[in-house]
This record gives sequence, structure tokens and C-alpha cells, in this order.
Amino acid sequence: MTVQGWLLILGFVALVVLVAKPMGVWLFAILEGRRTPLHAVLGPVERGFYAAAGVDPAQDRGWRRYGVDMLVFNLIGLLLTYTILRLQGVLPWNSQGLPGLSGHLAFNTAVSFTTNTNWQSYGGEAVMSQFSQMVGLTIHNFFSAATGIALAFAFIRGFARREASGVGNFWADMTRVTLYLLLPACLVYAVVLLAGGVPQTLSGAVDATTLEGARQTIGLGPVASQEAIKMLGTNGGGYFNANSAHPFENPGALTNLLQMLSIFAIGAGLTWTFGKAVGNTKQGWAILAAMLLLFTIGAGVTYSAEAAGNPIHHALGIAGGNMEGKEVRFGVAASALFATITTAASCGAVNAMHDSFTPIGGMVPLFNMQLGEVIVGGVGAGLYGILLYCILGVFVAGLMVGRTPEYVGKKIEGREVKLAVLAIAVLPLIILGMTGLAAVSEAGLAGRANMGPHGFSEILYAFTSAVANNGSAFAGLTANTAFYNGLLGVAMWLGRFFVIIPMLAIAGSLAAKRVVPASTGSFPTTGPLWVGLLCAVILILGGLTFLPALALGPIADQVAMLRGDLF
Amino acid sequence: MFDFLSALRPAIVLTALFTLLLGVGYPLAILGIGQAAFPHQANGSLIVDDGKVVGSELVGQAFTSPRYFNTRPSAAGKGYDANSSSGSNLGPTSKALAERIGTDIAAQRKAGVTGAIPADLVTASASGLDPDLSRAAALVQVPRIARERGLSEASVRTLVEKQIEQPALGMLGDPHVNVLALNRQLDRMTPLSRP
Repeated sequence: MTVQGWLLILGFVALVVLVAKPMGVWLFAILEGRRTPLHAVLGPVERGFYAAAGVDPAQDRGWRRYGVDMLVFNLIGLLLTYTILRLQGVLPWNSQGLPGLSGHLAFNTAVSFTTNTNWQSYGGEAVMSQFSQMVGLTIHNFFSAATGIALAFAFIRGFARREASGVGNFWADMTRVTLYLLLPACLVYAVVLLAGGVPQTLSGAVDATTLEGARQTIGLGPVASQEAIKMLGTNGGGYFNANSAHPFENPGALTNLLQMLSIFAIGAGLTWTFGKAVGNTKQGWAILAAMLLLFTIGAGVTYSAEAAGNPIHHALGIAGGNMEGKEVRFGVAASALFATITTAASCGAVNAMHDSFTPIGGMVPLFNMQLGEVIVGGVGAGLYGILLYCILGVFVAGLMVGRTPEYVGKKIEGREVKLAVLAIAVLPLIILGMTGLAAVSEAGLAGRANMGPHGFSEILYAFTSAVANNGSAFAGLTANTAFYNGLLGVAMWLGRFFVIIPMLAIAGSLAAKRVVPASTGSFPTTGPLWVGLLCAVILILGGLTFLPALALGPIADQVAMLRGDLF
Repeated sequence: MFDFLSALRPAIVLTALFTLLLGVGYPLAILGIGQAAFPHQANGSLIVDDGKVVGSELVGQAFTSPRYFNTRPSAAGKGYDANSSSGSNLGPTSKALAERIGTDIAAQRKAGVTGAIPADLVTASASGLDPDLSRAAALVQVPRIARERGLSEASVRTLVEKQIEQPALGMLGDPHVNVLALNRQLDRMTPLSRP
């Protein structure tokens, strides 16, 4: 461990705090449908889109209507991408002449990109044409991010409105988020990445003759445009197999810092937007404080484990931290930090191979996802995820003092608590159920690249990542089979929408309530006591379920590593 | 109650319009900006010698000859396949990994390296295309290079130190060196006849 390593982690946390408010202010303007400077250029585009689609943006909708619109939009996008991937062979911009994808891979990939998971059972450079990458996949990087943010807006309105019947208009939210935030931000971001060395070309590959005289085929493509939205929209699906470890996706230490920051930018900003919307920005800062507290602990543990290295390899004669599966230009600290960020958010981009991390270093990313990705989290999804925990947090506090719980002026009653528990409890059921199924079936076990406890970790990681809509992997697992593509596809879909539907129902029920003025009996949800309670609720409710599985995987693996056992 | 049909028109129309805007318009706009303002980077930062592409500044290539600074082990295809990026994905308790590292360390010892082995020299990178070596991993190869090329160790060491890139902002990463750039400099000191 080095001082620079710790400075990097703490410096990063400081940068996130700095970015949160400006981003939150901008998001608040979009939430409210206010005019921004960009309206001069994009306002006509927005109005044109509404006119063509027959949408009245001012029409306020109830939570059911909002949910149906969102679902239908996602289903249409899913079908479009499935079709494009199946027909890849006859579509243009396919310089390597790649064939269409198999049915199960196309299904898995279409679900994956629609649900903001971006799990990839394939290696991009060898499977996807430029057309598939741009038209089939890049659009979902935008759609799924816009969907997530729109849903967060609906949930925020649930808390902010009083005696209202609606939670907003999905079409308007989705369109505004895309036009006034994602698209302009990505235009700027992609150009910065270009300057840093990320390619953007329609040429598929270039042949080089190396200094030693060998032939090297260098895969290229329209990488920069996809890279920008991949990070900013917490999508994480790489253009290349190696994702942000590939020198063309992430050429240097500075692009790496920018990528890490862009994963958290919108998620952190939304906490401020929430506070502003409910009339007290301290409410937002308290949520962000809890997130960053849990984050810093996780980053510290991962960094310590990776910097300490592997005693089995030390015995062979290696010095220093664990560098298997890491790039020299990032080093141990920035790799450990990236891994913690990408799994705290639902990004899933990687700049190092998590499968080759030390057992404890790999357990933190796994645990981050199992908590439901509420540590900043995916764009939108992180905010509504942690607000579900906030509901449970005030409920627990209410039980302790024997009062009806309230949160930001809304009474939290039986219906909200039941729905929040439903949304949170379904996830472990799917993760553990499917992991168990894979661990006792031949098709499941066949996918492992590593044996022993680490092989179990690979399976557990895959289903955790799918249900949590993360998309990163212990990538040794061979997942491009009908068994894994099918099961993981179902897992991703359930993991996304089994949280969203109960969450929208809560939003609808909260929006209809009156605001109760804070009294001396109200539990304050802005101070350190609340931050501590919220962290405890997240760790206990979110994490405890997974301890037995973690004991069989990473913890057993750690014991084996210390004993020097090999598999 | 669930009126799916009335959502169909906005869903289809907005999907179509946004697909044109985001799936075609946006990448082509970046393509235009890239080709106009950053043509070198946009086309892969290629290095061209005498009209022939030698490689990319950013992408590592296989160096296994004792006369060159050797790159890290690679799991990309058969090694440094820049159309098939990959890490080894071998875990911390993997027997295959321990054996591979053991073999590579034995080779280093045979080449005369003593003391602790810099970790990056015998571990596979995440992409399999790592263009860099740590300062330490380059320096342990200096005696072998000097011997093979008939140069003084001091001159080779000076070359390495000149090529070292310091961490950005003083805290992002560790000092490292781009191996392709380093080996090109080496060839300028003592040209190696191409096979």
C-alpha cells in the first residue's frame, strides 16, 4: 500500500462530493421541466418528437400508466435489438463479415442492454459488427439510463407532491433526460476521450507487422461514442472483450480517472436533486454521506487486499501487490478503486479482471452488488434503491420508539413497508435460488474456469451481477451457453422490473398522501445518527442473507489461499 | 386497466426517432469530429514506418526475443492478439496460474535475474494487450539486453530512464514505460536485422 493509493481513493471521494451539487441542480431543472440554455437548440427537437409520437408532455399520469408506458417502451427496444443481432449478417457496417447471433445469445444480450445490465456473454471485437454496436447496443445505453433516471424522477415526485394523483409523464421524462443531459454530455465526453486516444472509425481492423516480424490484427471501431454513454449511463458494456482494461477503451491514467468519476456523476447528483425536491437539501446530503461512507470502507478493503498480494505467488518469488489481471498504467490502487466503483454503481465496466483478484478483493465487488447497488448505484436505480432502504430505516426507527414512521414529511404505513420489503427481498431469492440451481446442475458446473471455492464464486458472481443489473463478471465463467444465456437473461429481467414495479406503486401511494409537518417526535433524517442507522439497515437487511454463500465462496477461498491450497 | 395499445405509438415512434439520433447521428457526429480534429487518435494511434504499420502506440505487442525488452505474459488469443483481448481469469488459488508463474520465474532466473521478481513481469494483464512495464520490470531486463546487444549496461539503463513516464498528477499509477517505444529506441542504438 502506498500513500498515493490512499490519496487517490480519498481524492476521488472528494471529487464526487464536488460534482454532486452542479449535477443535481441540472437534474432538478430537467425534473421540473424548466427551460435550460440547451432548449434554444434542442427545444424544437423535443417538440417535434412529441408531435410525431402523439405525446402531450403536460399530461400527468398515475403510477400504473407511467409503469405501462415504461414497460412497453423497453419491450419495443428489446425486440429491435434482438432483431438486429439475429440479422447482423445481412445488415450494413459489418467489415469483418460477422454472422448473426444465436437465439439464446441475442436474447441474453438484448435483455442485458435493455435492463442497464450490459452483461456480455461474448467478446465484442469477435462477435459484433459496427452496426450492431452502434445501432443495436449504443441506443440501449441511452434508453436504459434515461429509463432509470425517469423512474427516479417518478419516485422523487412521490415524496415531493402532496395529495396528487400522478407521478409525471414517462415520455416527457425520458425524452428530456436524453436530450438535455445524456446526449450533450456524451458529445463533450466522447470528444475528450478521442483526444485521449480512444478511436472512432468505421474501419473494423488494421493489420500491423510487429518489430519481431509477426502479424498483429488490431481491432478498431466507433469506440469513443459508445464509451462515453457506457460510463455516464452506468451501462458498462464494453466495445471490446476486455472492456475498460483495453487500451483503446481506456488509454491512460487520466481517462481512467474521468471514467471512474463519470460512473458516479449522475447517481451522486440525483441525491441532491431529491433533497431539493423535498424541500431540504440536507436530506440529499445525508443519503450521499451514507453512500460514500460504505463506499470508502469497501474501497479501502479492496485496495488493502490487492496491495497485500497473494502469499502463494510471493512464495514463488514475486514481490508486491496482485498484478494478475491488472494493467500497469493503472496499477493496484486505481484497479481496486475502479472495481469498487463499478460494483457500487450498477456500471459493470471493468479495468481489471475481478476473477483474478484476491478472494477478499473480489468479495467486496460481489458484496456491493448484493447490497442492491445502492452505494450511489446505477443512474436512477441507485436513488430509488436507497430510498427503499430509507423507508425501511425509518420503519425500524419507528418500531424502536413506538411511533408511526415518517420520512421527508410523508407517513410511512403498512403498504409502503410491505412493498419495500417485497422489492428488496425478491433479489436474494432469485440470486441464491439460481446460484443453487447452477451449482448442482451439470450445465452450470461446466461453465467454471476455476475449481474449488473460487469456481463457486464465479457462479455466485454471475447471478448476483445479473440480478443486480451490474454486468461485470468473474469472466472465466463460460456463459455463452443456452443454460447460462437463458437463465441469466431471465435473472436480469426479474432483477430490473421486480424492483421497479413495487417502487412505482410506493411512489403512487406516497404522492397521494398529505404532508405531515415535522414535530419534536419526528425522527430526524439528516444527521449522523440517521446516516449510521441507514448504513446499518443496508448492511443487515441487504447483506446478511448472503453471508452463508460468501462463506462457501470468497471466505473459503481466502482460507485456502492462506493455507497455500491449489485447485 | 392495462391499456398497452395506447403506449405502442409513442413507444415505436420514439424508439425509431431516438435510434436515428443516438444510434446513427451521434456516433457519426463523433466520427466526423474525430477524423477532422484528432485523426491520429481516432484511427488507433498507429505507428507507421516507411509506409508500413508497425503497431499502435497504445496496444502492446509480443516481445519474446532476448534482444528486446519482453512484454508481460498475455492471455489475448495466442498472445497479444489485438482482435481478441482477454485476461487469464485465473483465480488466486488456481494451480494453473501458480504453475505458469513458476515457469516464467524460472526462465527469468535462467536469464540471470536475481532477487524479488517485479509482479507485472510474470503476470498476465487484464486486456492481454498491456503496452507497458513497470520501471522495475524494465530495469531487471537491462543486463540481458546489454549482453545480447553488446551494449554497456549503463547506456541501456539510461535509455530506460529516459523513456519512463511519471504518474499523471503525481498520484495516478506508478512510473512505467511503453515497451514498443522503448524497443524502437533500442533498435536505433543497434539495428536488429528483421527476419
